[in-house]
Amino acid sequence: MKVVITVVGRDKVGIIAKVSAVLADKGVNILNINQNILDGYFNMVMIAELDGSKVPLREIQKALAEKGGEMGLEIKAQHEDIFMLMHKV
Amino acid sequence: MLNIQDILETNRMIQENNLDVRTITLGISLRDCCHSDPAVFCDNIYRKITSTAADLVRVGNDIEDEYGVPIINKRISVTPIAIVAESCKTDSYVEVAHALDRAAKKVGVNFIGGFSALVPKGYTRGDRILINSIPQALAETERVCASVNLASTSAGINMDCVKELGQVIKMTAELTKDRDALGCAKLVIFANAVEDNPFMAGAFHGVGESETAINVGVSGPGVVKRALEEARGADLGTVAEIIKKTAFKITRVGQLVAREASKRLNVPFGIIDLSLAPTPAVGDSVAHILEEMGLESCGAPGTTAALAMLNDAVKKGGLMASSFVGGLSGAFIPVSEDAGMIAAVEKGALSLEKLEAMTCVCSVGLDMIAVPGDISAATISGIIADEAAIGMINNKTTAVRIIPVPGKSLGDYVEFGGLLGHSPLLKVNTFKCDDFISRGGRIPAPLRSLTN
Repeated sequence: MKVVITVVGRDKVGIIAKVSAVLADKGVNILNINQNILDGYFNMVMIAELDGSKVPLREIQKALAEKGGEMGLEIKAQHEDIFMLMHKV
Repeated sequence: MLNIQDILETNRMIQENNLDVRTITLGISLRDCCHSDPAVFCDNIYRKITSTAADLVRVGNDIEDEYGVPIINKRISVTPIAIVAESCKTDSYVEVAHALDRAAKKVGVNFIGGFSALVPKGYTRGDRILINSIPQALAETERVCASVNLASTSAGINMDCVKELGQVIKMTAELTKDRDALGCAKLVIFANAVEDNPFMAGAFHGVGESETAINVGVSGPGVVKRALEEARGADLGTVAEIIKKTAFKITRVGQLVAREASKRLNVPFGIIDLSLAPTPAVGDSVAHILEEMGLESCGAPGTTAALAMLNDAVKKGGLMASSFVGGLSGAFIPVSEDAGMIAAVEKGALSLEKLEAMTCVCSVGLDMIAVPGDISAATISGIIADEAAIGMINNKTTAVRIIPVPGKSLGDYVEFGGLLGHSPLLKVNTFKCDDFISRGGRIPAPLRSLTN
């Protein structure tokens, strides 16, 4: 299963490093990262593969949300289908 | 390939514009539960509902977490009780309502629909018992919803039932007067009721449906309003295009949720109901979409035209996004559940008569209308008859969910709480229709050609 991880919040040092560390710890493979800064706000979208991970999505979501809480960021992980279906005929 | 703008747009719709799936409704046939002993019948329906729907809430929550889209309600609809309880040797179905209520609580759904009777042409014994049981059933239960279909384009209007339901509504209000007549908020009177409606309070699992079915109601008035904010001043053809594209996206989410729920519960996918269902939350209002189109207030001249276009464009956009579409499918205009409608009534821009005109072009009818408690049963029947006539002649579903609040009058407010919202009382025309209603009988089915 592929998931889309979105990270939104004020820009600071080490966001990618810390989010990636959480994913590595859970055995999640990052396929793609897209990131930009708009008006001081950090927007990052990662596509990641869960098939090699033994950890259920819910636990990964929890770990990311906790890391987000520590860093003042909102981090969500969602199944990619919601985006694929909404924007394609 | 996904692009970042699309992903951020989806999440903005969910986080800022209240995009959600309003309900996953599991339809369950109770046709194999009939029994002459009412206690055995109640036991049968309790077992069937609690076993069939055991995983509904958990699966709904799992899907919500996995896809990150809120699923507000998980609900159940059942075969109309007047049909399946008819062979019981009893003269009241209040106990049946209690069994439904217990089952709903056991599986954790907030409403169960189907305490219903279908009587466009006339009554059976079961229909009479059910209708007589409605006031007490709604007063004594928490989660049971009732509905009566009393008119159709093919059968006409059952005016005996119109007359009786005016009294039933008054009685329901009286028995729940300590809760602002909340019982009436759980009772819908239909013309041309549909058998696969996922929305409460009017949901029931029709006799033409399969053993079980997953029906999903989508929502998202806030998303449509936001999309239109970016097209201020554009002509109405452009506005219709924007609404269609937005409805497509909203419906895709519903389709995804329905497909997943169907797979995980091993229940056939029934339909997606393409509705814009408002809530009292700020930014989740159908009235505000109409105002975004250029009306000073919902209820101003032009409201019916704006609503007609909105309703049509939502369907056109949504149809492409789902494999099966059904239910009520259209914009809802429940007064107490829509912050913009409430505000329009408060400032005197929106009247009962204008709402009636609006129901000619949208789904579904006079919905969640709180009125003074001293209006007569015959006046309520007159309002029901008018709405049923609109449905019958225009070959569409219409409904009345009216709440005469005992002890309250114009200028007062009612507070139902939660999704049912709050509302000022609406003014009702008090010229009498008693002699018309007391005639009873049946209004014959209308012509279906020569329709000018």
